[in-house]
Amino acid sequence: MTSLRVALRPMVLGLLAILLAVAAWEAFKAIGGGDRFFGVNTDARSMPHVWDMVTRLADPENRGTDRPVGLAVLAGAWYSVRLAFAGWVLGIVLGLGLAVVMQRWGSAERALLPYVVVSQTIPLIALAPLIVAWGGELSIGPFEWQAWMSVAVVAGYLAFCPIAVGALKGLQSPAPSAVELFRSYAAGRRAELVKLRFPAAVPYLVPALRLSAALSVVGAIVAEISTGLRGGIGRLILEYSREATGDPAKVYTAMFGAAALGVLVAGLVLGLDAWLMRNRPKEART
Amino acid sequence: MSPSDGTPAVEITGVGKMFNAGKPGQVDALQDVSLTVARGESVALIGPSGCGKSTLLRLIANLLEPTAGTVTVNGKSAAQARQDQDYGMAFQQASLFDWRTVARNIELPLELKGWDKRRRRDKALEMLDLVQLRDFADHHPWELSGGMQQRVAIARALSVDPPLLLMDEPFGALDEMTREHMQTELLRICSQLGTTVVLVTHSIPEAVYLANRVVVMSPRPGRITKIVEVPLGERTEATREDTAFFEKITEVRELLRGVEASARSHEAAW
Repeated sequence: MTSLRVALRPMVLGLLAILLAVAAWEAFKAIGGGDRFFGVNTDARSMPHVWDMVTRLADPENRGTDRPVGLAVLAGAWYSVRLAFAGWVLGIVLGLGLAVVMQRWGSAERALLPYVVVSQTIPLIALAPLIVAWGGELSIGPFEWQAWMSVAVVAGYLAFCPIAVGALKGLQSPAPSAVELFRSYAAGRRAELVKLRFPAAVPYLVPALRLSAALSVVGAIVAEISTGLRGGIGRLILEYSREATGDPAKVYTAMFGAAALGVLVAGLVLGLDAWLMRNRPKEART
Repeated sequence: MSPSDGTPAVEITGVGKMFNAGKPGQVDALQDVSLTVARGESVALIGPSGCGKSTLLRLIANLLEPTAGTVTVNGKSAAQARQDQDYGMAFQQASLFDWRTVARNIELPLELKGWDKRRRRDKALEMLDLVQLRDFADHHPWELSGGMQQRVAIARALSVDPPLLLMDEPFGALDEMTREHMQTELLRICSQLGTTVVLVTHSIPEAVYLANRVVVMSPRPGRITKIVEVPLGERTEATREDTAFFEKITEVRELLRGVEASARSHEAAW
């Protein structure tokens, strides 16, 4: 019973937080009474009622289709999740690879690490069209570069940095005595990497994975918008916001989709964390 | 395991170790050290910090290469002995791996040697019987006390049945009573297995209690000042209150005082 209550507590708290946000939104609207309040228009065009947004989900997306907006948003979110996931995996592979190289060769660390950090200062908006352009040039045999790949690459570009930095720190974390023990077992570099450095890096990787998952979602959505890729939630946000004057609730349905996407990814990462840290002392868990 | 011919467990001849040789920050860690450790013997290295006792231990373990002289372990070069896992090693920090259970920590050296799962597990349980921690096989290291962790570390070091056990201040982080208990345990285990022991310690009573010979070392450059024989026979709890035990402690302490004093005047002269 108590364990069930403990398990349900975050969910109850989460629901409460949503209710609180809804209440705050509606209270702000009610107090503003449709006029400017704290510099914000509280009329139905700028701040539609929450129930209007929710009911909008069930209405058709456009004139001439039966498909409700909710379904379109869901489909868009699913499309974007897959892009973000592809980017995340790409970021993990790239980040881990870089970390292994930097751990193995100190000179590589000195040469690469500053660029890993600097890479994140390039604005995504500038980067995305470039990657699309480069991708367009690329075709190897039957392989043709697809537009969605550019988006995944941008997501990966954001995701790799925390992984590279976190993994490097983790790979370097074993105490000198632990490394000496492995040498005393006549263990080779590969065994040292697989049986010592990677397991030791896990507690450092967990927060990095969490951060990079969030970044890959952001990266995917921003890249969808700036490359104009159709099918994802980013594109829906762009399209629906153009209709904001006539159909103000519609753009919020896309926001719900983006938020749901965030919740889904956060949930997945939380599950992954719990699995990775299952054999670790409680105090090492973050 | 250990062949009964006359080859010593460790033979160190004219060994020197220079760090950063020829560069700024050159350190003469060891100079002209010779030491022979017979099979089944227990030898303690003691001396002020900077005397090179840990360096000497790492030369035997082939974690460092000497710049002069030769190190032979079990009748082979130190490098070959390391490849053959002719020694086990334990440190002050137990260095158990969080992500492995107690049994899987002990299995680690066997795993790296390519033993199959069944055989590894059996050996680990056998080692846990030896250190009387069988019930904790499937616990994780962080669930154990410091003394228990150190017993696991010793079990792990001995899991490959090495003829030689190297220890770097193994009980330094433990409280006094646990420490004495661990010393008794160590002697019991090593006499049961016939293991030769070389250990580095800061504690004079520990050195005298555990070792047949105490090697007193001096710093800058590190060398052997004197080797004190400790013929106290079989150690029991009564040994700790024996007059002969205290006399040996005094002898080692006075040697160390002399070493410290000359080191200080040496420093002052600089």
